[in-house]
Amino acid sequence: MATLEIRDLHVTVEADNATKEILKGVDLTVKQGETHAIMGPNGSGKSTLAYSLAGHPKYTVTGGTVTLDGEDVLEMSVDERARAGLFLAMQYPVEVPGVSVSNFLRTSATAVRGEAPKLRTWVKEVKEAMQRLNMDTSFAERNVNEGFSGGEKKRHEILQLELLRPKVAILDETDSGLDVDALRIVSEGVNRVRETGEVGTLLITHYTRILRYIKPDFVHVFSGGRIVESGGAELADKLENEGYEVYAKLDGADTKGGVSA
Amino acid sequence: MAEAQNIPVGSTTAGQIAVAAESTVATRMSAPPSFDVADFPVPHGREEEWRFTPLERLRGLHDGTAVATGEGVKVAVEAPEGVVVELVGRDDARLGRAGTPVDRVAAQAYSAFEKAGVITVPKETVLTEPIRITVHGEGGVSYGHQVIELGAFAEAVVVIDHTGDAVLAANVDYVLGDGAKLTVVSVQDWDDKAVHVAQHNALVGRDASFKSVVVTFGGDLVRLNPRVAYAGPGAEAELFGLYFTDAGQHQEHRLLVDHNVPHCKSNVVYKGALQGEAAHAVWIGDVLIEAQAEGTDTYEMNRNLVLTDGARVDSVPNLEIETGEIVGAGHASATGRFDDEQLFYLMARGIPADEARRLVVRGFFAELVQQIGVDDIEERLLARIETELKATV
Repeated sequence: MATLEIRDLHVTVEADNATKEILKGVDLTVKQGETHAIMGPNGSGKSTLAYSLAGHPKYTVTGGTVTLDGEDVLEMSVDERARAGLFLAMQYPVEVPGVSVSNFLRTSATAVRGEAPKLRTWVKEVKEAMQRLNMDTSFAERNVNEGFSGGEKKRHEILQLELLRPKVAILDETDSGLDVDALRIVSEGVNRVRETGEVGTLLITHYTRILRYIKPDFVHVFSGGRIVESGGAELADKLENEGYEVYAKLDGADTKGGVSA
Repeated sequence: MAEAQNIPVGSTTAGQIAVAAESTVATRMSAPPSFDVADFPVPHGREEEWRFTPLERLRGLHDGTAVATGEGVKVAVEAPEGVVVELVGRDDARLGRAGTPVDRVAAQAYSAFEKAGVITVPKETVLTEPIRITVHGEGGVSYGHQVIELGAFAEAVVVIDHTGDAVLAANVDYVLGDGAKLTVVSVQDWDDKAVHVAQHNALVGRDASFKSVVVTFGGDLVRLNPRVAYAGPGAEAELFGLYFTDAGQHQEHRLLVDHNVPHCKSNVVYKGALQGEAAHAVWIGDVLIEAQAEGTDTYEMNRNLVLTDGARVDSVPNLEIETGEIVGAGHASATGRFDDEQLFYLMARGIPADEARRLVVRGFFAELVQQIGVDDIEERLLARIETELKATV
């Protein structure tokens, strides 16, 4: 069973000619089939955790370990991590002009699966996956994320999740900027992947709203660059009622805005 | 109609649509067109038409110090039956009819060439095989003149291939009779040290179609002036260009479409990719719609893709309209960057860095390459783009 293990992870970022530590010792284990929600206020380091796991060059790991089935993830390049089974659904997917969605998906699937998918079954697979996400097939001919609405970008991320079948999926604020209909469609996509039991899901969110559609097995509160409390789904209810203020006292992190549904 | 987006630091893109009684396209040149080099002062670099060009790398083409050597370039012509291929003297009346040199180097070329090539496709001759002209640089300085003339209703494809090392200045005239169809592919696949400056003049006859495909990969400095004017109504011109500018290279394309006749069309699409330190691409697109050119339909576009830091693009479309009675006129220029975030996004989907870059560049050029319509050229271009991408940055 695939397992992502994060141990005492420390990460810094360069900003304004200064080095700032964002992650200050993160410990977390995500097993295949499990869904972990990471909740926290803005600026607590949630997205840094997501991007660090994917290997974004902006972040420097200064301590700790990350392993996927015992393999050292931190030693891998960004593409190697993806081929090893890590997937990051991004909060702000990037526009790639000149590259069509269909070309991108096929190139990506070829890289991750290690061989080019057979054309006939592939076309069918993509078409069906798009239909399930309420995406028009004309989508395939558009350039990656170019001119996509916020909801279209997120559906495109989940489409990739469904097609690439990672071992561990990190969803970075996939719910942000979505209306209720789009949130439902995207959540259903995530749930289809979860129901296979073959993916571990790390759901990073600021709001409890998405947890009505995607039921987590574990909820972790992130504050000041680390996990400050862990519990079951009931912890989300507590956050919904009490907000993040209680955690602010622990380390003085920015908790303005609290939790809203 | 003008758009500009994603402009990286170190690049400029500017555009203007002028409605003027007096042509600024013509007046901002430092001297009027002339066949005589003595009519042009030696440029100092601040003139509008020279301000982007590193004069010191012209190897003397601009100041009279580049003297033609015996073994400048070797020119070979391979033509299907029915085509007349001649080498003629300076006094031949068929030279210089499509256009007059507009800058000092073009005038220098006209003043200094010894023999001119004249290729004639007689009227109503429809070629099924391309005419191939190979220009191979042998390391010297050379001045050239080439005329390609199609009689009425003739159809031809001409491929001009530039390879090797040379310092070459030339004028090329394309004269299209009524209803003629000419596709010219000019490939600049020079060695790293070559310097190539040329003016292309097309005079497009009534109801004729002219398609120019300019492909620039090589050379230390390549500066081309493709120019189009019309000899009768109902004509159309398509000017396509593709360039891949590497570290240290200067590649400059300066176009003019002069809508001097009513009811003609023009469509200009130039696309370039740049990679490496001090790679510099310049694109100037001038379209002039003269007062009498009612019913004109024109569009010009330049797109650049900057693949690495250190490259620079200057892109300047100018559209000058002297009559409002036109079908359409527009221009667009945009320079985008293949940046770290795009690379990260593609790599985060398992795609290795080099393949990610290939994917983006192939996609960028694909549509343009498909429009060339000459099969072996398309394949060669795609292969050459792959080679460029593999080159170490």
